[in-house]
Amino acid sequence: MEPQLESIEGSFKFRYSEHVREALDGFPDCFTITDPCVCGHPIVFASRGFLKMVGYSRDEVIGKNGRMFQGPDTDRRAVMEIREAIKDERGVEISLLNYRKDGKAFWMFFKMCPVFTKDDGRVINFISVQVPILRKQRLWKNGISFSDQAEFSHSLFKCCRRELCWSTNVEPGSSFPVESVSENQATAHCEAGEAEKMKTSAAISNILSTLIRYSEFTGRPISRNRCCSSIGKQLAAALNISLGRIKQSFVLTDALLPSMPILYASELFLRLTGYSRSEVLGRNCRFLSGVGTDATTQYQIKECIQAQQSCTVRILNYRKDGTSFWNFLHISPIHNASGKVAFFVGIQVVDGNRGTEEPLRPAARQLNVVAAVKVAVRAWSMKFTASASA
Amino acid sequence: MMLRIKRVPTVVSNYQKDETEDGGCGRNCLRSCCLYKAKLPLYAFKVENSDAGKGSAAFGNENPSVDFLNSVVLAEWEDRMQKGLFRYDVTACETKVIPGRHGFIAQLNEGRHLKKRPTEFRVDKVLQPFDENKFNFIKVGQEEILFRFEPSENNVAQYFPSAPVDAASLQSVVAINVSPIEYGHVLLVPRICERLPQMIDCESFLVALYMAVEAGNPYFRVGYNSLGAFATVNHLHFQAYYLEVPFPIERAPSKKIATTTNGVKISDILNFPVRCLVFEGGNSLKDLSNTVSYSCICLQENNIPFNVLIADSGRRIFLIPQCYAEKQALGEVSSELLDTQVNPAVWEISGHMVLKRKEDYDGATEEKAWRLLAEVSLSEERLQEVKELIFAAICSETKTKAIANATICSETKTKAIANATICNETKADATVPAPSLDNVDFLPSPQAKMVPV
Repeated sequence: MEPQLESIEGSFKFRYSEHVREALDGFPDCFTITDPCVCGHPIVFASRGFLKMVGYSRDEVIGKNGRMFQGPDTDRRAVMEIREAIKDERGVEISLLNYRKDGKAFWMFFKMCPVFTKDDGRVINFISVQVPILRKQRLWKNGISFSDQAEFSHSLFKCCRRELCWSTNVEPGSSFPVESVSENQATAHCEAGEAEKMKTSAAISNILSTLIRYSEFTGRPISRNRCCSSIGKQLAAALNISLGRIKQSFVLTDALLPSMPILYASELFLRLTGYSRSEVLGRNCRFLSGVGTDATTQYQIKECIQAQQSCTVRILNYRKDGTSFWNFLHISPIHNASGKVAFFVGIQVVDGNRGTEEPLRPAARQLNVVAAVKVAVRAWSMKFTASASA
Repeated sequence: MMLRIKRVPTVVSNYQKDETEDGGCGRNCLRSCCLYKAKLPLYAFKVENSDAGKGSAAFGNENPSVDFLNSVVLAEWEDRMQKGLFRYDVTACETKVIPGRHGFIAQLNEGRHLKKRPTEFRVDKVLQPFDENKFNFIKVGQEEILFRFEPSENNVAQYFPSAPVDAASLQSVVAINVSPIEYGHVLLVPRICERLPQMIDCESFLVALYMAVEAGNPYFRVGYNSLGAFATVNHLHFQAYYLEVPFPIERAPSKKIATTTNGVKISDILNFPVRCLVFEGGNSLKDLSNTVSYSCICLQENNIPFNVLIADSGRRIFLIPQCYAEKQALGEVSSELLDTQVNPAVWEISGHMVLKRKEDYDGATEEKAWRLLAEVSLSEERLQEVKELIFAAICSETKTKAIANATICSETKTKAIANATICNETKADATVPAPSLDNVDFLPSPQAKMVPV
């Protein structure tokens, strides 16, 4: 099995135990479960009903992103709404045009909701339920049904040049570079009826109950609501998704507290230093220093932080097991949307070379992380400045 | 009668001097005096295979070997940030989403605007000849250039951190904007050495579209301002920056007006203060690009100022004709709006307002933003006229190609008749066979190949 698929299988099993798949397969509904913490936000579970609806096999779907079912006539605004909901870690319900494997397009009502860990309120999955919209219940946006189609087309044509033929009757020999708009089926917005909406809500409820039950077996309970977590924790959770794909060792510290505790630590940081996440969150970075660490370098770091400036140093750090390593460290202040420095990012590169080039310049991959953190923090914190200045 | 307005031009380069100052060589520019010893990073983007159509496009640069947006653009931008090349730190500028239904974005940026004597700008001519004596991008320092942006010759995207340059090989460059509106604010200058004035042509617009596609991220948008629509520099350039929130214009609903034979869908934007069009689809990237370019060229030839926003990683392109500068020159804009000193260029129209005064920022409301942008919009009647001009231009461009290939005409007829047949069928309530899902109507497969976007 590919490493990516292994990690998908692994993380799902880790959270919900072996038998959850059987339980979920018992539902007739069309739904998928996705994991936003894995690079690419892949589908980790697809129900039998879903696979039948889209005409793909399980292997063709697991590990892929949901956009594989979108196509040229899928409304980009609807895609944007779903994307924003994922980013904001909230639910969304919308009508969407999707495509089967054989290329045929169909309308369905799509409802998605996030799943949070109970202890620290991180989003670990999204459940997406799909209900195809049945033709006899379909309403067009302005309530015009098929029989009024001719009138509908005509009213659109009124605004266009007379010389352009917009109808379906085309004279031979003339060039009409513009097609008619008769395929309103694909382009008009399709509203779902009450039946579809109720069906999706019921399905989501059932799936959530199942996941909650199975997550309790593994001792890693989940919840449909985010528990009250601090802003810091919420930020860490939001960054988890946007920064999770950056393969670099780095931490984010809280600049607004004098103790400058670590709010976020990347996987590679934990791997590099040998500590677990719970052992580093809330602590100041100085625990990485030890007997051999140069005091001048530490002072240099302190000065830069107080001046809210970036700095690059070479410092001797220590892992949990006591072994030391040379850390080519770059620290940069990060502003939030209010303009204040709210965080510092510290990016570690293990560096064996004792070069003499001064002053040190950050490596390209460190700048990469700074940029990614800056844009993520800025957008995320914009949500809060509106209320602050009101 | 010549129409002029007075405004302080935005400084986009550290080498942009006053009109009165001597624009001599900065000893590191892009003119022949310095170019021979230049070495610049080069990013070669993958070009869509014209035979395979959209399916093989750079769309969904899903697993690129080089992360264009993060490593080539943003990380290098951060590098220039740390080297002190920007006039201010834009991330230190307070910004917020204005509460309301549309999500307008406001930023308080006091450093962007200089306390200098305003310059006169002619606003009644969209096409003005290039003037070597005025500031242009050949004069920027090489440190302000992030990379060259050119089509790859071997069908794969590549990045060369340092490649020697000469005047013959230099095509398009991406430079920093030293007065950024947001993080990652850059300037794309296509065919820089040709010294083209600020006007759209098909080839250059395609380069801009490719940049949006290459970034592969809907939050990295590319924009264009014509002269008369608040372009500052009369040397062909596009702008781009990164902001991870949706723009109001992107959220506005649309209603389709027409589809061209090459599959480009043209729609009206509804429920938005500025009346405009959005172009989507197309059988190929080039088809989409050309359709928009023909429309822009039509506006240029009719002396109608406009802005263009390339959004959704190049999938949606907004074309916005405007008349604010003309109104301003004729004294038709209220002093209340003029005092905000907001020049409604492409970003402002999209919903991202940069405000100079704290009171404007603190008191920013959706209603005020709407009111300002409503002044920018053409009237419904005027937009109708403009649409007719645009459709005529698209038709005549496409017609020229269609006449050359007569089979296209009969194909269109066949397609249209086929559509009519389908409509009749569905009208008569015929059910499409669907073994597993009863009563679900499957639509005819689209003309374009299914695109895994």
